Amino acid sequence: MLKLLKQIIMTGDKSEPLPDSDAIELLGEQLHAHIRKHFAGSLAIRAVDAGSCNGCELEIHATGNCYYDLERFGCHFVASPRHADMLLVTGPVTRNMATAVKMTFAAMPQPAFVVAVGDCASGCGVFEPDHYAIAGAVNDIIPVHASIRGCPPEPADIIRGILQVIARRAA
Amino acid sequence: MMRPTNTWFAEKLGDHGIYTQYMEDHHPAHMPCLEIRLLDWQQAAEIALRLEMRLVAVWATEGGCHDQPDSMFAYMGLAHPEHRHVLLRTQLGRERREIASISRHYIAACRMERHMQDMLGITVSDIPDGRRWIKHEHWPEDALPLRSEFAATTRMAQAEGSYPYVSSNSEAVCQIAVGPVHAGIIEPGHFRFLTVGEMILNMEERLGYVHKGIEKAMCGKTAAAGIRLAARISGDASVGHSWAFAHACEYAAGIRPPRRASYLRGILCERERMANHIGDIGAICNDAAFSFMHAQMQRLREDMARMHKQLFGHRLLMDTLIPGGVSIDLDQRGCRLLSEQTRMLAAEVEHLRTIYADHPSIQQRVIGSGIVSVNEARDIGLLGYVGRASGNYADERIEEAYPPYNELEVHVPQGRHGDVATRVWARFEEIADSARMIIRLLEQLPEGAVSNAWQAPEAGTSGFSAVESWRGEIACWLRFGDHGLIDRFFVRDPSVINWLGLELAVRDVPVPDFPLNNKSFNCSYSGNDL
Repeated sequence: MLKLLKQIIMTGDKSEPLPDSDAIELLGEQLHAHIRKHFAGSLAIRAVDAGSCNGCELEIHATGNCYYDLERFGCHFVASPRHADMLLVTGPVTRNMATAVKMTFAAMPQPAFVVAVGDCASGCGVFEPDHYAIAGAVNDIIPVHASIRGCPPEPADIIRGILQVIARRAA
Repeated sequence: MMRPTNTWFAEKLGDHGIYTQYMEDHHPAHMPCLEIRLLDWQQAAEIALRLEMRLVAVWATEGGCHDQPDSMFAYMGLAHPEHRHVLLRTQLGRERREIASISRHYIAACRMERHMQDMLGITVSDIPDGRRWIKHEHWPEDALPLRSEFAATTRMAQAEGSYPYVSSNSEAVCQIAVGPVHAGIIEPGHFRFLTVGEMILNMEERLGYVHKGIEKAMCGKTAAAGIRLAARISGDASVGHSWAFAHACEYAAGIRPPRRASYLRGILCERERMANHIGDIGAICNDAAFSFMHAQMQRLREDMARMHKQLFGHRLLMDTLIPGGVSIDLDQRGCRLLSEQTRMLAAEVEHLRTIYADHPSIQQRVIGSGIVSVNEARDIGLLGYVGRASGNYADERIEEAYPPYNELEVHVPQGRHGDVATRVWARFEEIADSARMIIRLLEQLPEGAVSNAWQAPEAGTSGFSAVESWRGEIACWLRFGDHGLIDRFFVRDPSVINWLGLELAVRDVPVPDFPLNNKSFNCSYSGNDL
């Protein structure tokens, strides 16, 4: 136990301002204000993989690590769409996931934000939209409020995208 | 490095009266493709099993330009620790597209045979489980995507149907359906648990949800375009899949990447191995509420991703490999940074390992949970760290010893207990070994070019490769057609086989320990579903 505590103390606080960042820090503060005002201080996010290669999932995970620490802006990931204010969807929507994506969206309390994360979710990326196994990009299946490009988008891009969609909507 | 033609298995089959013919248009010669008669198919599998070969893959494809028009072939990949890989292929009847199942000898063949039925309409006789696999119930029965008459852009009609899960009619047995949308930030798949009280009686996997039609999408692509898709077969094993794809192309075309490129590929692949093991160890501990470890490991993983971005331009190392070599290079400063960070990571992980080992609260959860016995592991042919935890030590870095591993000593952790603790142990060992190899490769990085010019082979030529990704062996086969375009493509992610191990592991495990076990396997959904 002592070793564990020592490690925690030696590691220290690694959370950092986001890269390119004065604007983001500012946006973060504004966003935090929006989240406090419109979401009672916490924005609940649900992530759904609609057919991604798992690259976007790794980067969404990374938004929670100690460097980015998404939770400091009042955002947290929840286990059910029924608890969520925002849906992050990754991947091109496969034919085999289309129904599950629609059901997930339908299970969310309205109003709900949908963010397409990554090139595949935004426009099918390296996959063809008219391919037999692909149902389409996310906005072909459910309404999308914002897209975050990148293959995969980096954690800072994901956080920036979430902040911007909230700031824009709440404004 | 030309290796002699591998004749061992052909001779063994000859001893049993099975006549084989070498395919001249298949490469490399040390992993030959032998044509056999359809009626010898099942017996060939039985002989291979007796010779203690493991099954690599079973797949089927339509013939190429060197074959008769309208022909269809089944392929079987086998490997022996000393005598290495060999492919068998046989032509299916023109009237009846039918072949005997080899699942009775190699149980791991079953899902791949189901895939053949789904995608090509081949009847696999005596298959122990004939249910559809990737082809979900809402696909029309007559949709056969891997046949040439099925256009890639076909819009399939919506069909009705249901999937018969394994069930129990006992009143004491509860059924828990999980997925395809899971509670965490992970890929989709369905798990059907039959439980008695808190304990899992049976867990059945239903996959295919992230089927993106990669095998079909690869047809008609150049090697340069194909490798971008291969890098996204499973985003966490991007280097592994790119390498397997590049190797298969290079073997087919008779091109060897420069020595410096092989070294750089080795460095990228071992870094990918370290990053995934580090992330997974944290996640496994997190699933047993030891969040300290999770926070620490995610910190290290992020350090790695940032270094990859700085040196190679991509946090997950995507698109760093090209057919003929690599698209990145390292200068002296880059080598120094990478070497220093790798050393630092290895030391930090070792330190964290002592904390992990010192904590009874986590040890009590991982020790003895989710056991796969040595016999079970060998029956299935479990790969990678999952196999290494259960006495099955296949490792292509040793068996195939492709460059740069022919110049390195690879230490394979040899576990036997087959529980979560041993799988975690194998991963810790591999992190240390990968770090050692990366430092060695950086020290001895040869001078020279990082790629050789890519020249597609003539139409009808096929190549096969087996590469040790972080999850285990990736097997890739492809054939070129006209104009240097890929004609047919097959890849087997190690997850296709390791998913079976998870079903065995979680019998008699309490339901709350399922995530812990699932994470200790961390099979790919995308790599399985293609």
